Formats: sequence, C-alpha cells, structure tokens
Amino acid sequence: MGLELYLDLLSQPCRAVYIFAKKNSIPFQLHTVLFLEGQTCSKEFSQINSLQKVPVLKDGDFILTESSAILIYLSCKYQVADHWYPSDLQTRSRIHEYLGWHADNIRGTFGVTLWIQVLAPHIGTQVPEEKVKRNRTYMDRALQQLESKFLGDKAFLVGQQVTLADLMLLEELMQPVALGHDVFVGWPKLAAWRGRMEAFLGAELWQEAHNPIFNILEQMAKKTLPVPPPEFQTHMLLRISKIP
Amino acid sequence: MGLELYLDLLSQPCRAVYIFAKKNCIPFQLRTVELLKGQHLSDAFAQVNPLKKIPTLKDGNFILTESVAILLYLTHKYKVPDYWYPQDLQVRACIDEYLAWQHTTLRRNCLRALWHKVMFPVFLGEQVSPKTLTATLTELDVTLQLLEDKFLQNKDFLVGPHISLADLVAITELMHPVGAGCQVFESRPKLAAWCQRVEAAVGKDLFQEAHEVILKVKDSPPADPIIKQKLMPRVLAMIQ
Repeated sequence: MGLELYLDLLSQPCRAVYIFAKKNSIPFQLHTVLFLEGQTCSKEFSQINSLQKVPVLKDGDFILTESSAILIYLSCKYQVADHWYPSDLQTRSRIHEYLGWHADNIRGTFGVTLWIQVLAPHIGTQVPEEKVKRNRTYMDRALQQLESKFLGDKAFLVGQQVTLADLMLLEELMQPVALGHDVFVGWPKLAAWRGRMEAFLGAELWQEAHNPIFNILEQMAKKTLPVPPPEFQTHMLLRISKIP
Repeated sequence: MGLELYLDLLSQPCRAVYIFAKKNCIPFQLRTVELLKGQHLSDAFAQVNPLKKIPTLKDGNFILTESVAILLYLTHKYKVPDYWYPQDLQVRACIDEYLAWQHTTLRRNCLRALWHKVMFPVFLGEQVSPKTLTATLTELDVTLQLLEDKFLQNKDFLVGPHISLADLVAITELMHPVGAGCQVFESRPKLAAWCQRVEAAVGKDLFQEAHEVILKVKDSPPADPIIKQKLMPRVLAMIQ
C-alpha cells in the first residue's frame, strides 16, 4: 500500500507534515479527513486513530500520530537532507528544546483564531470576548519569547538552516495570518524569517498547502462551508469551552 | 566543570532527568533550585536560564532546557542501553509520539491535580472551589484512561516489552497526583502493574529517593507572603 497520510490542511500540524513530505518528494497517498464535516469522529477514522485527531501516518500496519513524531520518522526513514534534523547532537537537541517549548506555548495558542473567526460563528456561537483578549496576550508573549529566546539574530530557529522546528512554527503562525490577523506585524526578525521560509518552500508548494486556510473566510462569507453534523457540533462546543 | 543539572525533585520533569542520569551512572553535579523558595526567579539563575525554568542542563558552555531535549541529549552523549530510545525506527517513533502527546495531556493534568488539590490550599493559602477541583480530577481521569487504552494497552511497558524514556516521563508525572493524595492506581490494576514494573526496572531505592520530596508535599509549610506574591503569576500561567 505504501505510505498514507491522513490530513486536513486546515490544521497547522497537518500542513507541516504535508509540506515536509512534498518538499522532500516523499511518495504518499493523501487521505483528506475533513474536520468541518466531522470526519475525524467517524467510525472509519476512529479505527485508524482512536484519539480522533489528525495528522496520522500509516506505513503498512504501522500507525503514528503527533506531527513532530511523524516528521522525525519521515526524516529518518527517507533520509532527507541533514539540515532538517541534523545529526549534530547539540543542534538536534536545540530542535527538541524548541519543540518542548512549542508544545506548551504555541500549540493551543495560535490555533484559537480559527475558532474565534470561523468555527464558533459557523455553528452559531461565539468565543467569549475575555478568552479572545487572553489569547491575544498569550500570542504576544509567545512572539516576544520567540524573537528573543529562540530566533534572535539567526536565520532560522536553531541555526543557519531550515529544520523541522521552523516548519512546525511556521504553520502555527500562518493560521492567524491566513485569517487576517498578521502576527508578524511588530516583530521584524520573525517577519524576515517568515520571508526566508516562504522563499525556501517555493511559491507553488506554498499556495498548494495554504489554499484551504487562505480561502476559508471567503467560503464562510459565501456560505459554502460544509455544516458539521449535530453530534460533531456538540464536540466542537466542548472544544470551545476548553479554550483558556 | 563537567555536566551540571539544575533540578528540584518537586518537579516532574526534573525527576525524570534525575532518575535517568542516576540509573545510567552519568556523572553530574546536582544544582538544587528550590521552586517553593522562588530560587528559579533569582537573577543568578536567570544567568543560567533566562526562561527561569527547570530542569536545565549545563555541559561546559552548552545550556539546554526542556526535559525531553535533556533526556535525548543524555541518551546520545552517554550511549546508554538501547532500550531507553532504541535504534529501531518504529519503536523510537512510538516514544517520540508519547513524548509529544504527554505535554498538554498527562503533564498538564497531573500538574493541575497537584496544585488544585494541595498546593493552592496548603502552600499558597488560596481556596479552590469544589467545582474546579472536580473538573480537574475528572480531566485527569480521562487522561489516565487514554494512557491505558491508547498507549499501554496489553504491553508490559508503554512502547513494548522494555522500559523506555516514555515510561520514565509518564511515571514521574503520575507521582504528582499520587503525592497529592489522588487515587491514581487503586482502581486501575493495569496501570498499577505497569507502575510496579517501571519501579523495578528503575530500581526501588532510586525510585523512592527521587520521589521523597513529592510524597511529602502535603506537609509543605505555607508560603511566605513575599514568595507567594512572586510565585503567583507564574503559577497561574503554568496551570492554564
């Protein structure tokens, strides 16, 4: 069967996996699992991943979740260029150091914009204003730490070349950007880094990977977004209540 | 100078790093940074780690934070037994998967359980509403079920027949609610059996030594008001 990737390009970690596989010409079969249609909770998909989340990798009988684990697995299995996940111990450690911090400070923070602007209103509700304000504060704090503690004056997060860490971060930051909230404004070093990432990935792959997220506001305005099934809407309401 | 580890055994990730280094006979100088005295917020420690967090590793001029990064660095540098982080690509990927998953799930819920059940009332003198405590303990319960159903299943250890970094990180997390007096293992025989196997693999003496502090945490004296003021904002941010 070959490598299979279960992805929804509206999801930041899914885009990171998609871009990585495409950029490294890793052959795979794409299975699109549409969050907005509640497909992550389908019986079929739950057989693949009982946690009902994307991305998921399936390599024969081997099933793997968690985007950072998937990226590392693909790096090693397909022996991609060393710069992605360098064999140099200290550089590699810096990637893991970043990913640890990323889990606590980036994940769960930059994805909230999609809920605020699209997912909540789409099912007829709103993310409370105090949570919106708090989210802005968390984003600002994270951006400040990103520039001062991680990026600094380097070209990329852990050195002079692109690594898995940069890709994971890029897709998180692109989430609010694609929805009209340019988080790079006021952060010149990060903005320059983003430019370098875009140039590295190339215009074609950039457009392809970001097409769904770039178009979602327009789809919402034109009322062409799929309506999630009622049981899934309950699940979405629970997710909204858990936004800090 | 040699390897230095800045740790407080009150902290779950610090315990994992401590146990790993000791178990693998990795020589290091222990630099204790007492969290409840606010020592991590000192100017002196900020020179070591500007993010003011522990664990922190210092190897000559190389400073590294984040426990998973530290564990992996030690694994590779000191060439520990293969089972901790095997060469086998798929087993290794399963460990990476667990280590990624646990940040916002088990780690977060174990931390909240300790703070809501014990640290807020006992150490900070702040009441926690029964509703909040119940919600926290319910979430912990859900996470423990996921740990059993998705990760452990019917295996001896989280990713197979041998202990790995995943088990070490998981067990040190679970000792947080245990220290808080939560019934983590009592109604979960599978997890209880796994815990015993992990403890045996680590070595009972080392395991107990590493957990002495957390098991006495309910007896913490109340915080000095100045310390409390310093710690509060960071505590609130930490348990969000």
